[in-house]
Amino acid sequence: MSANQYDAIVIGAGHNGLVTAAYLGKAGLRTLVVEANERPGGAAVTREFAPGFKTSAVAHLLHALHPRVIRELGLEGHGLKPRQHAAGTTALLPGGGRIDISGDVAATAASIGKVSHADGEAWAPVMARLVRLSSALGDFLLKTPPSPAPGSNDFQTKLALGMFALKLRMLGKKDMLELSRILTINVADLANDFFESDAIKGLLSLEATLGVYLGPRSPNTVFNLLYRLSSFGKNGLGGFYLPAGGMGSVVEALVKAATVAGVTLRTGAPVEHLLIEKEIATGVVLKSGEEIRAPIVASSADPQRTLLHLVPPGNLDIEFSKRIRHLRMNGCVAKIHLAMDGLPEALKASGGRVVVAPSIDHVEHAFDDAKYGRVAEKPALEIVIPTLADPGLAPAGKHVLSMLFQYAPYRLRNTPPDQARAQVFERGLALLEEMAPGTRGLVRAAETLTPHDLETQFGLSGGQWHQGEVTLDQVFFLRPAASFQRYRMPVPGLWLCGAGVHPGGNVSGAAGANAAREILKDLKARKGGRVAA
Amino acid sequence: MTATYDAIVVGGGHNGLTCAAYLAKGGEKEGKNKLKVLVLERYHKVGGAAMSEEIYPGFTYSTCSYVCSLLRPEIFRFLDLPRHGLEVIPYETNGQPNPNGEGIVTYRDHDRTRESLRRHSIKDAEAYDHYAAEISRQCRFIKPLLMVTPPDPTQINPFAQNRINPWGKREDLDGLLKIAAEFGRMGEKQMYEIIRFWTMSIGDFLDEYFEHPRWKGFSAASSIIGTALGPYSPGTAYVLLHHYMGEVDGQIGAWGFARGGMGSVSKAIASAATEAGVEIRTNAEVAKLIVRNGKCVGVALKSGEEIYAKTVVSNLDPKRTYLKLIEKSDLDAIDPDIHRYAKNFKIRGSSGKLNIALDGMPKFAGLPQEAGWGTVDIGGDFDYIEHAFDDYKYGSWSKRPFLDIVIPTSVDPTMAPPGKHFMSVFVQYVPYKLAESPWTPEMKAAFEKDVLDTIEENAPGFRKLVLHCQTRTPWDIENEVGLTEGNIFQGELTLDQMLFNRPFPGLGQYRGPFDGFYMCGSGTHPGGGVMGAPGANAAREMLKDFKHGVAR
Repeated sequence: MSANQYDAIVIGAGHNGLVTAAYLGKAGLRTLVVEANERPGGAAVTREFAPGFKTSAVAHLLHALHPRVIRELGLEGHGLKPRQHAAGTTALLPGGGRIDISGDVAATAASIGKVSHADGEAWAPVMARLVRLSSALGDFLLKTPPSPAPGSNDFQTKLALGMFALKLRMLGKKDMLELSRILTINVADLANDFFESDAIKGLLSLEATLGVYLGPRSPNTVFNLLYRLSSFGKNGLGGFYLPAGGMGSVVEALVKAATVAGVTLRTGAPVEHLLIEKEIATGVVLKSGEEIRAPIVASSADPQRTLLHLVPPGNLDIEFSKRIRHLRMNGCVAKIHLAMDGLPEALKASGGRVVVAPSIDHVEHAFDDAKYGRVAEKPALEIVIPTLADPGLAPAGKHVLSMLFQYAPYRLRNTPPDQARAQVFERGLALLEEMAPGTRGLVRAAETLTPHDLETQFGLSGGQWHQGEVTLDQVFFLRPAASFQRYRMPVPGLWLCGAGVHPGGNVSGAAGANAAREILKDLKARKGGRVAA
Repeated sequence: MTATYDAIVVGGGHNGLTCAAYLAKGGEKEGKNKLKVLVLERYHKVGGAAMSEEIYPGFTYSTCSYVCSLLRPEIFRFLDLPRHGLEVIPYETNGQPNPNGEGIVTYRDHDRTRESLRRHSIKDAEAYDHYAAEISRQCRFIKPLLMVTPPDPTQINPFAQNRINPWGKREDLDGLLKIAAEFGRMGEKQMYEIIRFWTMSIGDFLDEYFEHPRWKGFSAASSIIGTALGPYSPGTAYVLLHHYMGEVDGQIGAWGFARGGMGSVSKAIASAATEAGVEIRTNAEVAKLIVRNGKCVGVALKSGEEIYAKTVVSNLDPKRTYLKLIEKSDLDAIDPDIHRYAKNFKIRGSSGKLNIALDGMPKFAGLPQEAGWGTVDIGGDFDYIEHAFDDYKYGSWSKRPFLDIVIPTSVDPTMAPPGKHFMSVFVQYVPYKLAESPWTPEMKAAFEKDVLDTIEENAPGFRKLVLHCQTRTPWDIENEVGLTEGNIFQGELTLDQMLFNRPFPGLGQYRGPFDGFYMCGSGTHPGGGVMGAPGANAAREMLKDFKHGVAR
């Protein structure tokens, strides 16, 4: 076997690519990971953005990493401490008020109770029910999506479907009906059904719209909420955590796991295009011109990048490429990193995650701007203070703020990208200053990443960090496109293993693990076939 | 307390009348079990929202609903409505005026529409074939579902649901099997398309086919009419279907006018019902349901009179029925959640109506002077509609509203004096409650002015033709017609309130929580529009219960 011949090539060393590679390596395949950047990690990296200040460059909260992936790849043995620092959520309110939400039910009820007694009482049971419902759905995270046509599923899928139906039944009639009612509704309606205070309704509005190009009054937003909450049950870490060392620590553990499994990692090796011979993917051609061959090519790049850019033209049928072209990938979240000389009063006692979304209308207005291709005048913010968990990310006594700015659309109408970046920074900081006075004076350096920057720096098409919005018409057997939900792409030998396939985004590793399982299943079937022949 | 009737229908809207007629005839197959039925209507005539009235001397106004196509052909035939005086005149042309250029014109004929579209965009004209084919494929799936009872997804066991007779409700499975069979026939690819279509926004759907902004705005109209959603809100693609699945003379998607106004539809159904032996009492408002020992035994009128019957079926919307006609204590005795379902039922009104008497035919900018106009939609691109929607979201009527206009007198001269015309203007988006204040006469006047100004802009000289104008906000529609919050569908047509969840989760099969109590309005499957399907479906379920002795 020559040096440029492998059993499998994984494109992209993002967390999903590494998970796939590690699983394949463990199964004994000679696996190579090629990564365009100088460092592995994709959108799960820790970067120095100002001298001495480091932060998770894109994803900044750990909650969805699947316990089974952690266990099977032995990530804790490779140095990952996923549940080291739980992050409580603090909602900042106009006029200096705040709500603190943590694992402590009584303290949370008391904190919400200061705004509304009824909401304080309602919070824990409502959230517990939502987590219960989302966990029933979450059981499918590590499964391959079935086909709706009953005849075309294999035994394993049928079994999974049967178990899924059973679990739904076990929810009981009331919960089942409630799930069918809320699955497609908008979060504003849900919030109004159960709560009375603007503060809680606003908080839920942000939780349900973060990362999708929808406003709180858009249907299907509760689905996004459930999707995020599915990690709060047994299918995730059970809450938000601040990773020590930033998100890069997850990747470090994954790289170790992959290396131990015999995987070769090549960074600084951008792929120019796929090698397709006789309509079969047989390897990759690097930008340098080097050819590397393998009968299996798994791409963790997003579906548009993989299928429209890496696959040479003429290899896909028109209808399929049209569907991929029309994937909704309009990223609408920007990131601001602030290097701080200290923390303002309002942020000091926070749980590590701070939310600014004081009402439904606040978030809806912000979405309206995005709808017409403008940066939100008054955004909704999610701020994480990684230095609370890991002071080593900043010089002694200093802090880092990592801020999500919703909405800053990728598709701008009359704003040039540079102006948009300036607007994001100015408007984000102005709002934070209003809610946490004194912030501005403590800022020593800053970095702003618009969806446009996320696309150019991290290869995320449209700056969409889930590699395609996680909405009902783009999930499950419709992800990335109908009939291609099983990780196999129309070009034989080409697989997708990133967030663009089921079950989608977040640092979960689920997509990578599912893709690896399907690849290995295929190999086994083929081997079986050969023996039989 | 003896039951005088087999069934009392509360409310004489078109669904209530359809239900009554089916019950009196003993069901579709003219069963042996012909019931003795009484319809109670609070207004002085039947029709509900399908009503024609002379509001201005010499002019017949279709005061609420204004076009006809969704009425199921099965009902049309079974009740022999043409013999009872119903005639539907299909219309040929629809259009969108354009004050700054050429408007958009579509025709009943597919090829003519494509040619017309070619003047705006060659690419879109080519895509139109694929688009129309996809829409009719989607319609073909949904049409058989209209006349079936939605299955209960939590209950696959055919026996477990039966409260009295182990055979009584076994036919529930019919619905499930029918849907499964229909779905199975599709083939895998079409299944995916359907699932995707039901969950996506009309904006995204149209973007996949077309490029011309005004054409897309025009095509989105049917997706937003009657909803509290914008074109880019997920779920709107389905609403398009809901408006497309109608047919006139078997042509899918065709719309028409009922000769003599929409009241003719109700009149014809009422005539069929009366012929079948149904008794109709007008000026008889029902105040309460009488529930004894968990069974509904009759109704109490506002006058104090009590009428007893074996069964009661409500044609009123779910909110009105459950929160006004039924005592909370009666509900709580069965299940306290039902009251919460009723309270949380989404029934936001989003549309107003202007009924206008005109001295002559207005000329719309950018549209040819054709005879026989169907709907004329005043709007623009998606942004126009989204902006109109934004006003509504924050509690104001659209300052530049989206309007769906028909002038039925252009094909049906019976509705106005010679040379004069009746114009119906459906206004989308108008909130039930304003953010700043309740609807005052001044607010209503300001709203009317905004609508008339928008029409004038698109039909210069229009204002001079106005002889009389009746303006109705959702608040008026609630108070005059009885539709809660003025919602024309008796409840929003979003996925969470469709099929087995309509009206409420667990009560999606026309049966209420009490024995002997049923629902038959647009608030039940398959929803709003002058369709008659909910009424016919409810009658089928009731007759089933009579047959198996569940209701006696």
